[in-house]
Formats: sequence, C-alpha cells, structure tokens
Amino acid sequence: MPSRSFYEEVEAVSCNTIRALQLDRLRWTVAQAARSPHYRKVFAQRGLGPEAIRSLEHLRRLPFTEKQDLRDNYPFGLLAVPKDRVVRLHHSSGTTGMATAVLHSKKDIEEWADLVARCLYMAGLRPGDVFQNMMTYGLFTGGLGLHYGAERLGAFVIPMGAGNSRRQIEFMRIFQAAAIHIIPSYALALLATCEEMGVDPKRDLSLRFAVAGAEPYTEGARQRLQDAWGIPFYNCYGLSEMCGPGVAFECPEQNGLHLWEDFVLAEIIDPDTGELLEDGKEGELVLTSLTREAMPLIRYRTRDLTSFLPGECPCGRTHRRLSRFTGRTDDMFIIKGVNIFPQQIERVLMSVPEVGTNYVIVLDREGLVERLTVRVELVPEAFKGDLAQLRSVQDRITHALREETLVTPRVELVEPGGIPRREGKAVRVLDERDKGM
Amino acid sequence: MIQQLAIFSENKPGRLERIAGALSAAGINIRAVHVASLGEMGVVKVVVSRPDEAYEALGEFGAVRKVPVLAVRVPDRPGALHQVTATLSKAGINIENASGFAISGSEAILILEVSDVGAAERALTEAEFKTLDEGEFEEAVG
Repeated sequence: MPSRSFYEEVEAVSCNTIRALQLDRLRWTVAQAARSPHYRKVFAQRGLGPEAIRSLEHLRRLPFTEKQDLRDNYPFGLLAVPKDRVVRLHHSSGTTGMATAVLHSKKDIEEWADLVARCLYMAGLRPGDVFQNMMTYGLFTGGLGLHYGAERLGAFVIPMGAGNSRRQIEFMRIFQAAAIHIIPSYALALLATCEEMGVDPKRDLSLRFAVAGAEPYTEGARQRLQDAWGIPFYNCYGLSEMCGPGVAFECPEQNGLHLWEDFVLAEIIDPDTGELLEDGKEGELVLTSLTREAMPLIRYRTRDLTSFLPGECPCGRTHRRLSRFTGRTDDMFIIKGVNIFPQQIERVLMSVPEVGTNYVIVLDREGLVERLTVRVELVPEAFKGDLAQLRSVQDRITHALREETLVTPRVELVEPGGIPRREGKAVRVLDERDKGM
Repeated sequence: MIQQLAIFSENKPGRLERIAGALSAAGINIRAVHVASLGEMGVVKVVVSRPDEAYEALGEFGAVRKVPVLAVRVPDRPGALHQVTATLSKAGINIENASGFAISGSEAILILEVSDVGAAERALTEAEFKTLDEGEFEEAVG
C-alpha cells in the first residue's frame, strides 16, 4: 500500500466542502430519522421535514434528543430501518427504565469500522502491525469498535479483552504488538505487572502507541503513562449513540481531538438555556449523526462539556478539534471503564425495604484499583437486633447493585442519620480518587 | 424474661462511646454489655436498669430494638451451663446468643437469646431453673 498522509481524502478537504457535505447529509438524516416512530411523531407535531432544512443554520429548528428519549423509546422506538436489517445491538448497563439500546445496520457497522480505521491510521497504525485490543468485548462498544476498525485497516488484531495481566505482557512480547487499546487505569496497573515480570516496557516491548479509552484521565496522568511506557497515549472519544469510539481522536500533535465532521454535525450549547455558543466557548456537545441509517439521532445532547479549539492543526486535517473534556452536565460517573448513573443505584436501594434512600456513593482507590462503595442508612424499623439479618441485607444489596451496574460495589450499612444531610441538592457522589488519575 | 436493647452501629471508633454517653446522660446504669461485629457492621447489646427509658434515650441513634431474653440464675459451679443448655436442646430450642457473668462467689446469671422465648422459659422452669423477671434481675445483680 502506498504511503500517504491521510487514510481518506476527506480528512483534509476545505471547510466549504465539509459544510456542503454536511448539509446534504443532514437533509438525508432528517428524512431517514422520520422513518422511526419517535421522530415521525416529533416531526409531525412540529410540522418538520427535510424540506425545512435548506441551510445548516436550520438545524436549530429541530428539537434536541435526550438520553431520556432513548430510555422512553427503548428498544425500537428510534429504529429507522426494518428490524431484519439490524445486524448488531449495543446496549448500556441498567435494567428497566434505565437502559439504552443502539442498533446498527450492516452499512453502519462498516462505516464505523472505516471511521476507527481512519483514527488508527492517523495514530500511525499500518496494515500488518499487531494491534492488541485490551478492552472488554461484549455489549459495550469499546472492544468490538476498535477491533473492527483495526481489522478493517489490515492490522493483525489480538482480541485479548481486559484482565489476565501477565498474559497481556507475554502476548505483547511474543507477538510484538505495535499498539494497544486500553483503559488508562489499567495501563497504570500493568506497570506493576511489568516490574514483577522483570519487563521494561521501553526496552523489551515493540509498542509504538496506545489508544486510551472508556474513562477520562488528567493530562498529568497521561504524562506519567507516556513516560513509563515510553509511547504516546492517544485520546479517543466516542459514545455508543453515535456508534462508539472513533467519533473524535487525537492526531500525533496531541493537542485536541479531531471531531470527524463528515460523520457528525456538532454544536456546543449552553446546557441551561440550550443556546448555541460561539467557537472557543465551553459548553455541552450536541451531535447529529450524518450517515447512520438504523438509528439516526438528531441534536443529541451528549452531556459532555468541551469547546472547539481555534485555528488550524499542523497535521493538515481540517476537521475541528475538541478540547480535553472537562466534565459532564449530569451526574454520571465512570468507574473501571463503566458508565453509571446515581439514579441506577438509587432505584436498587428503593427496592430494598430495609434501607431508605439516604445514601452516598464513594469512589476511591485501594492502591491502584478503583473502588465503588455505597453507604446507605438502615431504616430503623427494619433492624431485628441481629447481625445475620444485617449481613443478609448487605448481601442482597450488593448482588442487586452488581446486576444493575455490572460493577461489584462494597455496601456499607449506616445508622439512621449517619449520612450527613446538606442544604440544597444532596451530594450523591464523593469522588476521592487520586487527582492524578 | 427481661429486655435487652440491641443497637445497630457501624464498626468504627467513637460509636460505642456515643451509645455509652447517651445512656450515661440519661442516668442509666448498664448491667451487661456485649458487642458483636462483622466487618464494618456491629450490634451493641446492653442490659440496663431502666430499659424503657434507655430505649427512649437511644432513640436518636435510629436503629434500636428491644429483644426479649432469658436471664437464668444458676449456681456458680462446674456443670451449670451444661445443665441449662441440655434442657434447652432437649426441648428443641436453639440458642442464638449467650453471655454470662458471676454475680457472687456462689451464683451466676446466664443471658440467653433463644429461638422461642416462651417455650424456653417453660422448659427451664419445669427443670427447676430460676428465670428472672426485670425486678428479680435487678435484685440479683445488686
């Protein structure tokens, strides 16, 4: 394959070309979305259709789509193709009322793979390179998303998944992995494994770069990882609603993530008023899919806070860059790579009669390992006077929380009144994880 | 039969102090105390001079329960515990928790939480053991 700078020409086309492309695709997307029960109803209520979109500014005429719309329309209310054209389901954790399903057609899967291939090529992956995918496979998009993209590029993919630390290092050595896809906290933990095995990542492995995914981490933590592993860690952004990882990705400049503007139409809004913000201002990222056919989404509020970086990137790509994400507008948190909403935990607690909903979620670390603890007050009348009953309540809550969130928490039963009350909004999550991560 | 108070508490420094402080502030005397813990959770059990008042005083701690228990007065000599437990097991009664203390050179009190207080009391009385009520317990411990 001839060497070239970009995987696809569209990465470096002019802004005018991008905008023309976006308008065409936006009109197509609106027509496609109208085939789903949800948008058909929403558009009818407002008298909207593709003919209402004659310029990109007309995007503002369309209503926002929220996470709750996906929950309310679970599972097929947003499907815009016949069900027999769906070839893949991806799904969040969470049970009744809290789950979201994202459906993909064959074309959606292929385009997602191309998008990820584009990202990996940008990071330096080439056909024949060994790519070790250390992200969980399954319903989450991180594993399969990068797998398909790396394979599409022609890389030699090792579908390791997460865990089995010694084997991970062994495989990197035996198969001379050029790149890995990994959660930042796991990359930190693996350094200890390397030390135990007498492996110096810089001397004994053939890695050229890592893709960091699934959880946010600070610039300081990234530096630590890069210094210890001796390779760049590229940040990857994605959300399953738009496909998964690959929606935005860092180039070797490592100064912002290029958001693929032929794939999504982005807005940054004031999360409280919904008003569009000018470039450079920080606000909530809102994305409209431009090519997805099974489940197109219009002005989807991501709840992620970011801003567009001004100016051109030396790499030559013309797709605008997003700054490092600074937080969320809701109270979702991520632990061990898993997204969890406090409401999920609250619903579980509400189903246990022996406890009330005076609770607090504590996120901290035991050594390097992240830990989720749920402290909840016992209902006074529920106490029978013996420890065995308390233990059984504790076990029941632990089990139910694990089922709901897929993470195993510690559960601490607290005396009534033992969770400090505060004025105003209750503090539901105390994040005491090391600031360096 | 007497009342024992069971108080749920986290297994952390200061918790037992708080409970003892509340009882002391209400002028309540503790006759027997027993703490059981399992990981981060614990249950403090106290036998006190005025259980109803104590229950009120501990009310702010949230999870307090009155648990009926047997107070059995036995001679303080080898075989006493064995005879009591033999009587109960013959009657098919399970002992959930037990504690005991000597009250003088010649006598001791066993405090027993059992699966069926009524049946246990009957079985022990038939076997001629002395089970105490609140007043008798106060008198026995002096």
